Amino acid sequence: MTLLDQFQLILKSQNWPDWAVYLVPALVGIIIIISVVLTVVIVYIWWERRLISRFQIRLGPNRCGPEGIFQPIATAVKILLKEDIVPEKADKLIHFIAPITVFVPILLIFAVVPFGEGAILADLNVGIVYVIAISSISVIGIFMAAWASGNKYSFISGMRSIAQMVSYEIPVVLSIVGIALVVGSFSMLKIVEAQNIPFILLQPLGFLIFFLGSLAEMNRSPFDLLEADSEIVAGYHIEYSGMKFAMFYLGEYGVALAYAGIITTLFLSGWQGPLLPPVIWFLIKVMMVFSVIVWIRSTLPRFRVDQLTAFAWKFMLPLAVINLVLIAIEVLVIPANLQWTMVLINFGFAAVLILLWSKLFTLGGGRVEV
Amino acid sequence: MKFERYGIGIAKGLALTLKHLFRAPITVQYPDEKLNVSRRTRGNELVWFPDKCTGCGTCTKACLQGNIILVTHRGEENKFIVDKFELDSGRCIFCGLCVESCPYNALAMGVDYECAKYRRGDAVLGKEKLSLSEKHKPSAYYRPQFAAELPEQSLLLYNRKEGGQKLSIFPLSKRKRGPHA
Repeated sequence: MTLLDQFQLILKSQNWPDWAVYLVPALVGIIIIISVVLTVVIVYIWWERRLISRFQIRLGPNRCGPEGIFQPIATAVKILLKEDIVPEKADKLIHFIAPITVFVPILLIFAVVPFGEGAILADLNVGIVYVIAISSISVIGIFMAAWASGNKYSFISGMRSIAQMVSYEIPVVLSIVGIALVVGSFSMLKIVEAQNIPFILLQPLGFLIFFLGSLAEMNRSPFDLLEADSEIVAGYHIEYSGMKFAMFYLGEYGVALAYAGIITTLFLSGWQGPLLPPVIWFLIKVMMVFSVIVWIRSTLPRFRVDQLTAFAWKFMLPLAVINLVLIAIEVLVIPANLQWTMVLINFGFAAVLILLWSKLFTLGGGRVEV
Repeated sequence: MKFERYGIGIAKGLALTLKHLFRAPITVQYPDEKLNVSRRTRGNELVWFPDKCTGCGTCTKACLQGNIILVTHRGEENKFIVDKFELDSGRCIFCGLCVESCPYNALAMGVDYECAKYRRGDAVLGKEKLSLSEKHKPSAYYRPQFAAELPEQSLLLYNRKEGGQKLSIFPLSKRKRGPHA
């Protein structure tokens, strides 16, 4: 029973009308989730700028407030005060709708992210499938923005984004299926409850595939081809300014937060942890995942387009399929109380498969360029 | 067997950036923290020593810009007395030829570098502004005798001589001021 259900029961016992019993808890939940998300996103922006500058031996923003904590707020005020410019040759209506189409699905993902035991807005029995379905919509928003801007750079970026999403969706979904096989459910709460051993240990290969795939899905470095500053200026949001740009900017960090939450839920045993309250554990794990993402961003250069698609189709997709078959066999053969043997077997298989596939994986007619 | 192809290269890169995380940052927060410039810097605002100057005019001939105005009259014992020694630091290119050409060590480059003015007229420097003062010090460019008085050049705020690079992750905004500040 989730906190939302308990809230509804309390209201019902107070003899509230039926529509209010249904509506009030939902609205309260939505407001709480949105405010938490926006607050964490602001902290994220600050944390990324500070952390990446420390990785590059710089100081980062430190003028605005203690340790520069108010810098993201100053940035937000600056962006909101800017003039909203729409290009003359733009498709005005789609140019207006695109930022909303990008931002809303990202907020929708948080409906099924469990922040704590029962602290979930909607405990869907197909939670993770819902996440996959919803997160694909924002690609359409990106393509709308790219097309409606009437700019060749943004259009290139839109094409890249479609290619990237189509490629990386498949290995991501296949690695999720591996988890669903072990748990026997798509529900996010059940997935967390099933993790006595975090699935990062139980399915290391699946974790790697999901992590890299979600990096590509959230357009983060090294998969940030669609905003490649050095090639196509800023990609799909090149013609956006003011509030509309702020939507893209928030969406970018919102999706990072959403995917960090999903990775935490699926592989790092969600809110579970000793001593501290569940919500704190969840936020700590989310921050850790985000810090690793920033670490990767500060280290690795950008992929080329052909490398990007080749990596998805030639490397991650076969490994994801093999991983899925392996997990299926293990679930059938190994009894549930011998999960630690499964951990050992899977680590061995992951190492062997990655070595083997690196050997097979070549680009450009057999030339070694990776 | 080249291990770079099996993700080891990526791991090496990640380890390098992780090491950077625990270094003191090299950022110098300029108006608050300043580094010492080279002792042989050709800084702004030349230093002129009136007691050494004979008014021979070699510097005015050496100046590529024709920027130095020297007016003299004949005084006792057939010596020149300098009435006007003036240069426009807005036109000066700080090449140092006047300093190198001076036969009596009466000119030296300065060490200052924050000499922006609000008005063009202020950039024209006369006898008083060019002469030695507390704020207005000569650099050791072509005048090695001044080197001992100047601080040694610093390239990092935290260098290894002054206690090494410190492990400090968070309280960075209120850092100690640099040696020159």
